[in-house]
Amino acid sequence: MATESIKYLSPDTEIETKTKVFPRPDQHASGIINWLTTIDHKKIGVMYGMAALFFLLLGGVEALLIRSQLWSHNMEVLTNREYNQMFTMHGTTMVFLVIMPLSAAFFNFIMPLQIGARDVAFPRMNTLSLWCFIAGGIILNLSWFFTGGSPAIGWFGYAPLTDTRFAEVLGDMGPDFWIFSLQILGLASLLASFNFITTIINMRAPGMTMMRLPVFTWMTLIVSFLIILAFPAITIALVELMFDRTYGTNFYDFLEGGKPHLWQHLFWIFGHPEVYILILPAMGIVSEIIPVFSRKPLFGYGLIVFSGAIIGFMGFAVWSHHMFTTGMGIVATSAFSILTMLIAIPTGIKIFNWIGTMWGGRIRFETPMLFALGFITMFMVGGFTGIMHSSVPIDAQHQDSYFVVAHFHYVLIGGALFGLFAGFYFWLPKLTGKMLNEKLGKFVFTLMFIGFNLTFFPMHYLGMIGQPRRTHSYNEGHGFETWNQIATIGALVLGVGIAIGVYQFVSAFFNKKLKDAGKNPWDARTLEWTLSSPVKEYNFARTPIINARDQAWENNYGPKEKHSEKEPLDDHGVHMPDRSWCPLVSGLGFLILVLGMLFHQSVDVNTGEVLRDYTFAIIGGMIAIVGIIMWSLEGPAGYHLFPKETEE
Amino acid sequence: MSEASAHALEHHEPLTSTGIHNKKVLMWAFLGSDCMFFGTLISTHLIYRKISATVGGNFLDIRDIFDIELTSFSTFILLASSLFMALAVSAIHKGNLNSTRWMLFGTIIFGAIFLACQVYEFTHFVHAPGNELTLSSYRGEPHVFGSTFYVLTGTHGTHVAIGVFWLIGWFVYSFTGKMSTADAMDIECCGLYWHFVDIVWILIFPVVYLMEYAF
Repeated sequence: MATESIKYLSPDTEIETKTKVFPRPDQHASGIINWLTTIDHKKIGVMYGMAALFFLLLGGVEALLIRSQLWSHNMEVLTNREYNQMFTMHGTTMVFLVIMPLSAAFFNFIMPLQIGARDVAFPRMNTLSLWCFIAGGIILNLSWFFTGGSPAIGWFGYAPLTDTRFAEVLGDMGPDFWIFSLQILGLASLLASFNFITTIINMRAPGMTMMRLPVFTWMTLIVSFLIILAFPAITIALVELMFDRTYGTNFYDFLEGGKPHLWQHLFWIFGHPEVYILILPAMGIVSEIIPVFSRKPLFGYGLIVFSGAIIGFMGFAVWSHHMFTTGMGIVATSAFSILTMLIAIPTGIKIFNWIGTMWGGRIRFETPMLFALGFITMFMVGGFTGIMHSSVPIDAQHQDSYFVVAHFHYVLIGGALFGLFAGFYFWLPKLTGKMLNEKLGKFVFTLMFIGFNLTFFPMHYLGMIGQPRRTHSYNEGHGFETWNQIATIGALVLGVGIAIGVYQFVSAFFNKKLKDAGKNPWDARTLEWTLSSPVKEYNFARTPIINARDQAWENNYGPKEKHSEKEPLDDHGVHMPDRSWCPLVSGLGFLILVLGMLFHQSVDVNTGEVLRDYTFAIIGGMIAIVGIIMWSLEGPAGYHLFPKETEE
Repeated sequence: MSEASAHALEHHEPLTSTGIHNKKVLMWAFLGSDCMFFGTLISTHLIYRKISATVGGNFLDIRDIFDIELTSFSTFILLASSLFMALAVSAIHKGNLNSTRWMLFGTIIFGAIFLACQVYEFTHFVHAPGNELTLSSYRGEPHVFGSTFYVLTGTHGTHVAIGVFWLIGWFVYSFTGKMSTADAMDIECCGLYWHFVDIVWILIFPVVYLMEYAF
């Protein structure tokens, strides 16, 4: 029984097992190297979250510039081109660099804890996904500094706005930066999603059946499937657009036989599932929070899960409701109109289930719950205007007006962002081990709720009286001024609220004065709350055996047979993988490849001929390939930890 | 201590909830996603095929430049390569490393022949006298057929090329003496990818080539 003595003799002893071809930084790696080479899903989640919060502030500043330009008639804060760039960058940033990565941050951090796994299925691939996301953010924002500045084509990049011949600035590179950043961000999302799908399908703890999965994990699974099936459409559309712009193909070139209409279809085949990619994670978060703060199990778990899946399926069949005014013909328009109305049903089911959960519950109005309630109410407003738009004649009236702006901001801020903020207030104590300041949290909620409604509610009215969106100014005499000024003041309030919120989240990692959270500060229900806060490197010292859906709750209050059990400790402890440089090297390779592609063209001054130089692109590609080859050869390496028998 | 270390060195595969290896689930998820990539490309081609049939008032008859005999030959070669791939997977499962190595080699050669045919075909089309089909034009007039044709078949060719390089990696690895049945899952995933790329060609060949002769 030699192993027996090792097992209990020295807690946290590390035994090194190195069989590596290339050196991998081990558990002794210092701070910065540790963060650069980490393959721990929790650290990756934190980095995803921090980068996304930075971009949230950046996109917020862009929004405030837009709002100050619209303060009154004929303002000159921004020129029309700058205004176009601002709303393009604001939209692209908020969708791809804020809401999606914030969701990914929660997927990364929470999902493996909820299913009882030590990490995701492919930890190094997870790190590569993070670096691709960072590279995408860098590339998009580099566009400010090169010919033509940032893209001025809208986040939807409709053809022929992207046609090189119609560029306002000769040799405008903005759309190229936009194309390549979306490609690499798409790669990041795809890698992450393959990983999450494999993890949820394959790495559940014993007893964690699919119908015992927490709803947030279910939504992670559904969103991952949406991503892997929707992103290919935009990837190919962008490849075709890149060929149009770089090699002169005619996919979207209406002067030479192409159809700009095709771009709209391909974009929205991706774009509508994307809407659900943005909102379903928030729905998952809210489904976790409401039962906890109502002290009741989730009402209609099965229905919530299945309506989530149905939303996912139907999300692929409603894209053309973004295109009702393009003249698709009566049959297509009617079909998409009916399907769009139908998709309100599963969404409504979810809302009734949340209300049913609260009904008769003992509700605690703490910050996460306030944000969750804000989510339900604000998302409903956005949902109702959405149902209005499913009617073709009404949509034709609202098309391209501020009414639409109000609609999707109610869905994306009142919905997605409120849901994600609820998640931050709910789960940050698990990350940091410290409770957030409840008073400050409530103050942030109040500011955001008031600011948000002040900004976007008047936009419904502005749209109805005819203010067009995507237009940098308006003339006197339309009566737009008052409501625009209210909206701008509201945007400032919202901005201050968000900034304080972000400050609160970031400072939670450093503020020593906050009080300890303990394992389960909210008396919550799911598996992650059985772990210590902050969570140990190896998550679960012993793999849990799941016997109930709300396992943490049952452990505290349930009958004996519903308590979770634990698998015995292995003789060789917990195997921890070493860190790896390869994802960073590959990610850097992709970044150089993209920059090389962006700058490979030059024009000969004398002949006007286009010169192509692929040197940097090839160097980047080689670095990426070297990274991947090292990746496959670096071999298993790692060390073993021996947690105490009593540890969770 | 030493006993614990020895335990750790053993390559123990983690048990999964479904019993299917993680890498296999990943590969199937990727292939599902890849269906959508090719789905988008093939739809683009089909949508444009009829819309832009005329060039400068003349009806475009792509049969003038298609060399259906060559493409049929390369199609046959690609499909035959799947047999080698299947035999390689079967051999590694049985632990027959020598057979695995040479079946992989056969797959590589047939994949390379297919790629060579495609390179020849592209070069031939671009320079076809009087019938030049480029990315942006046909017979010197702006046209979409070249755009959809080259990008679709080129994307497929890129997939084949990635597969060939992947297989070359395994072929080289087989000489290091480290290959064993423990690699069976990795080679099986490689096989899944290879068969998928073949199946996509089974779709592309009728839709892009044969259909031009039918209607």
